[in-house]
Amino acid sequence: MGQEINPQTNGFHHHLNGGGPPLPAADLPELLVLRPGLLYKVFEQEFLAKFNVLKAFESPLPLDKFLLAHAQSARAILCEAIVTRITADLLLQLPALELVVADGTGVNHIDLAACRRRGIAVANTGDVFSEDTADYGVGLLIAVLRRLSRADAFVRRGSWPVLGEFPLGLKLRGKRVGIVGLGNIGTKLAKRLEAFGCKVSYNSRTKKQSARYDFHPTVVDLALHSDILIICCSLTEKTRHLINDDVLNALGMSGILVNIGRGPIVDEKTLVSYLVEGKIAGAAMDVYENEPNVPSKLFGLDNVVLSPHRGAFTEEAFGDALKIVMGNLDAFFSNSPLLTPVSTNE
Amino acid sequence: MDSIVVLMMCPMNSYLEQELDKRFKLFRYWTQPNQTEFLAHHADSIRAVVGNSGAGASADLIDALPKLEIVSSFSVGLDKIDLARCKEKGVRVTNTPDVLTDDVADLAIGLMLAVLRRICQCDKYVRSGAWKLGDFRLTTKGELGETYVSFLSSCSFSGKRIGIIGLGRIGLAIAERAEAFDCPISYYGRSKKADTNYTYYSSVVELASNSDILVVGCALTPETTHIVNREVLDALGPKGVLINIGRGPHVDEPELVSALVEGRLGGAGLDVFEKEPKVPEQLFGLENVVLLPHVASGTEETRKVMADLVLGNLEAHFSSKALLTPVV
Repeated sequence: MGQEINPQTNGFHHHLNGGGPPLPAADLPELLVLRPGLLYKVFEQEFLAKFNVLKAFESPLPLDKFLLAHAQSARAILCEAIVTRITADLLLQLPALELVVADGTGVNHIDLAACRRRGIAVANTGDVFSEDTADYGVGLLIAVLRRLSRADAFVRRGSWPVLGEFPLGLKLRGKRVGIVGLGNIGTKLAKRLEAFGCKVSYNSRTKKQSARYDFHPTVVDLALHSDILIICCSLTEKTRHLINDDVLNALGMSGILVNIGRGPIVDEKTLVSYLVEGKIAGAAMDVYENEPNVPSKLFGLDNVVLSPHRGAFTEEAFGDALKIVMGNLDAFFSNSPLLTPVSTNE
Repeated sequence: MDSIVVLMMCPMNSYLEQELDKRFKLFRYWTQPNQTEFLAHHADSIRAVVGNSGAGASADLIDALPKLEIVSSFSVGLDKIDLARCKEKGVRVTNTPDVLTDDVADLAIGLMLAVLRRICQCDKYVRSGAWKLGDFRLTTKGELGETYVSFLSSCSFSGKRIGIIGLGRIGLAIAERAEAFDCPISYYGRSKKADTNYTYYSSVVELASNSDILVVGCALTPETTHIVNREVLDALGPKGVLINIGRGPHVDEPELVSALVEGRLGGAGLDVFEKEPKVPEQLFGLENVVLLPHVASGTEETRKVMADLVLGNLEAHFSSKALLTPVV
């Protein structure tokens, strides 16, 4: 009662304090959303309560007209990564933009150099998805070695009483696991796999002084010394098609590939033919070159496990991601340091 | 030794079968058209029985074979062997401990991850060709499509409280792995173990009340039959997950099925069933279960080592040497 409502400060914190009626959208800070990612879709009400969300995806206007008509004063954009591309051209259409908030960890869909030139800050979700992604890597690996999804399907279609024995899988203890990219995810994955008795080594952009695993200077070298190769690195120009025929040949006919990084890190066409021709023993994939398109040649194989890019999707991680996205936005709109800024330097 | 008569109870491993055939005089119980007649006819010659988790040596079988000297099980579980009768009659018994511990523990963790993270459903979803980028026009929050509901029902594994029934070799191996995921570990056993820091509960209900995931890791005996009953399932609750890599009869299966179907239990990962290979069909349509055809020790490497252990025990016995892995 009698409180001054100031959209930049009081109004914003008014809602955070949980008291009083919600503010009309026009008094809330603007947040541009070109296309809603899963995080936005799940928590839309939370975003609508705190921001004047400019929903480009609901407008009948083509994007450039929408931005011209409605987004000229937008200072912040929340973007998903599957379709949205934050390009220099797009930034030209957003003269007031100062912050790009990614709804996930990866920022390969954002032109960081263009952001740096414009003085636009970029935030991602930091480390909130690493643990669940590492867990998923272990789950996919056991699933492909022990054929869990095929075995479950075998039982559900009533084949067990009829056919009896299900084919044997492969043991995990003692296997040499090569981790490509020993970052947040790779480190957690390595710790987990050691508990299963795997011998872990890695390749990364740089050798990690604190890591107690053997470093291999190239991915081919890593593959030569591994039974299992797990992709955990981010997608950059340098890692595009990093996993090619040379690497797969080095991994060998009894090798297993697990990809929880990004689809384009693997030369998918080559991988598919290697799997079909038995040139590697199996693969588990959470990501693909052209999601949601998955090569149908994989659908009939018993030695693959396929997943629709959800290695990071758990209720818990989504709750944490919302907190960090809101935290970054709160910080920005109250002129405080971002929680999880991404460097836009080279 | 190729005159020594060995009876193999069921198909279990072709390498083992071939080697038994080579080294001994092998009879295959499952191919006999009249099993009673067969036993009567060969009562005086059968000196060894090779069984597994499916078929072992009941009191009746032992009584029917007066020349029986050794039962060698292609399993670590002994629930299909009448140990008391074997002791009475001086019949030796061997199993395959330790060599399968890793694979069983790996499978237990694999089941936990597969249930919580919906790995099998994901695979089925992709293979069906149904994966499309969602239509981004949501009308109301309640109208999230089936896909999103599935996404939301996926739970983290790291940090979940694991309750282990039976902290034996397999239970300890499961605990070791789960610790790497920062899972707090507690257990139930007939008595507290002196050399462990895990939290002990003196009742399975208490263990279940304090766990997010309950794993059956003990041996099957008359005392542990239906150790997971309605009370335990209620204590585990609508967010709890049951993992059974023990034996089907450890769990009251009809109670388990209704708990799952009615949403009173959060999920289950099951490698064993009361009447294998029959699996309750009400489970087939559930998204929160993973069903496996008793594959916990089922890797190429381990089954070969298990087979060699069976063969090694038989050869040791028949050369009057010390048994490798005697139970009785």
